[in-house]
Amino acid sequence: MKPRVAFFDFSSCEGCQLQIANLEEEILDLIEIVDVVSFREVMTEHSDEYDIAIVEGSIMRPMDEQRLRKIRSKCKLLVALGACATIGGVNKIRNQWPVEKVIKEVYDDEDIRDNEFFNVQPTKALNEVVPVDYYIHGCPINRDEFKHVITSLALGKKPEIPSYPVCVECKKNENVCLFELGQFCLGPITRAGCGAICPTNGSPCDGCRGILSKPDVECVMELLQRYDLTYEEMKSRCTIYNTGVFNPKDGMTLVRRGKK
Amino acid sequence: MSRDIEINVEHVTRVEGHGNIVLNVKKGRIEKIEWQVSEAPRFFEAMLRGRNYDELRPVTSRICGICSIAHSIASLKATEDALGVRITEQTGILRRLAINAENMQSHILHVGYLALPDIFDVGSVFPLVKTKHKDTLLKIVELHRLANWMSDLICGRTTHPIRLIIGGFSSFPTEKQLLELRNKLKKGLGTIQEIAEIIHGVSDKLPVFKRETEYIALSSKEEYALYDGDIVSTDAGRYSNYKDYEKIANEYFVPHSTAFFCKNKRDSYMVGALARFNLNSKQLSPAGKELARLFGLKSINCNPFMNNVAQVVEFAHNLEDSINLVDRLVEKGVKDEKPVEFKIKKGRGVGLVEAPRGLLIHDYTLDDKGKCVKANCVIPTNQNHGNIQKDLEAFVPEILDRSEDEIRLNLEMLVRAYDPCISCSTHYLDVEFV
Repeated sequence: MKPRVAFFDFSSCEGCQLQIANLEEEILDLIEIVDVVSFREVMTEHSDEYDIAIVEGSIMRPMDEQRLRKIRSKCKLLVALGACATIGGVNKIRNQWPVEKVIKEVYDDEDIRDNEFFNVQPTKALNEVVPVDYYIHGCPINRDEFKHVITSLALGKKPEIPSYPVCVECKKNENVCLFELGQFCLGPITRAGCGAICPTNGSPCDGCRGILSKPDVECVMELLQRYDLTYEEMKSRCTIYNTGVFNPKDGMTLVRRGKK
Repeated sequence: MSRDIEINVEHVTRVEGHGNIVLNVKKGRIEKIEWQVSEAPRFFEAMLRGRNYDELRPVTSRICGICSIAHSIASLKATEDALGVRITEQTGILRRLAINAENMQSHILHVGYLALPDIFDVGSVFPLVKTKHKDTLLKIVELHRLANWMSDLICGRTTHPIRLIIGGFSSFPTEKQLLELRNKLKKGLGTIQEIAEIIHGVSDKLPVFKRETEYIALSSKEEYALYDGDIVSTDAGRYSNYKDYEKIANEYFVPHSTAFFCKNKRDSYMVGALARFNLNSKQLSPAGKELARLFGLKSINCNPFMNNVAQVVEFAHNLEDSINLVDRLVEKGVKDEKPVEFKIKKGRGVGLVEAPRGLLIHDYTLDDKGKCVKANCVIPTNQNHGNIQKDLEAFVPEILDRSEDEIRLNLEMLVRAYDPCISCSTHYLDVEFV
């Protein structure tokens, strides 16, 4: 039997689900190997019986947590789709400030007490609420990687996701290093798998696929020194997608560990 | 008829984001009609606080996956206005191509994948693969692929463009690629004509409903306005100062929506393809005009369901307009232009653009270090929420004698006709950072 797949979304721009529509004719190949039983953005049909849940978006409210737990309880495998789901992404930028302040700025004095729509907490990635089995990184996701993950799962295999930095793919594309051109690029510490698409198009990496679990800190510090850049600038750049990952304490620990 | 009806559509399908339709009728009397926006608020205002001028574009692009090019361009125009950057003619042409590509991608996605299943009486496009409509579906896929390929070519990626930067582009298509694009666009003109004829054949399934309202869009003497123009209203005429947008988009809070609603001269107004058509149809390209004639679409049309048709008309216009833009580029030769140089200074800038779903405005104030101290974005779907609500209120009494299933389908179709982009609309920005 083909595995039954359901798509769900929380706080996001829905751009990652759009990449599935952007597979064009290949969607037809996809539905040869899996049964899509729920996908609200493009279909009205819906079933609560599914094996693989593919979830886009970050978790902002108790009502969203509850919905995600229900999805987790029904599926065998849960796949986080895109930066909002895998690492919180841009939705985590606001976590730098108290949530009450952020709400007050937008809704001011409107009466939103006891209104669950507005009951907002700090942004969470999916794995801060439920266990996640696989991650499809990126903002937006890379369509080839999506196909690789789905095909692997349909065949019962474990998908391979790179654990080396974007620089490896950037070098393979024979790009001139953006640091050489006076730009600040997070390629050296960001997980590859995107084909270095941003640097290849002349723009720096903002770290949307998440920071490597073991970045080569020695190399990064050397790089900052060579181009007369500060660690502070790097941390600030990291708050686009990776707020909270590089807080000052973690950062210092990381540096010490690297210098051993 | 004095019956009870209770319709509660939680999370309307085949639209971007989460919205609900609630209708309660007791003994034939309408007690409640509500367009609810339940999407979690995303607080983009907090995300822009203190951001560097060059990070505003990549962050605001993430407001919307479907119209990330329009957000990027509105963002760049606002930043460039604040910094006093004047772009080159080549950049202007390339950005117009980018806007056209996104408008086509978004429109064909909506008409072909999201709205058409209602007309063919299926829940999604997937079942169409096994029916006589398979050919139609493949034609739609072909146009969708063309629009996405064009975004890739101009912007480096289909969603969340890469090459669009302050003062220009970070990478360019080659002449060979542009000529290939030209061929594909030419072929697309034939395909959209075929799709239009198929839709025209079943267009009697689009509900007939009319409600007069105010239509607002950009308008320009030079062209059918998408990239640039003045704000124009069917009620109030032209607003010649582009910073006047604040007088138009008067937002108000409703407790059943995390997105603000908007009004101007009346209770509500509409933006998007139909609003643009109603204000600027004379400037459509010949192919666009021909399709409007096929459907009998004339300005001013007050049937919101015709927004679907206006999108098909615009698709043909975008194709033909893009062919002309490519010709201009190729004739001059694409230069590897460096972005325009500028100095960081403090100031305020406003960027207006027509996104696929209507008028989009970004407004930033930068301090002397180029950090953002105030931001305001007016999102098309915010401007349409009030009009959706007023349409529902006017439409329900006209269809109250039908079966509950039929009423539900018609109300969903009405919401879908607006092609709402709900996750965009839940972060109206107008915040001064202290």
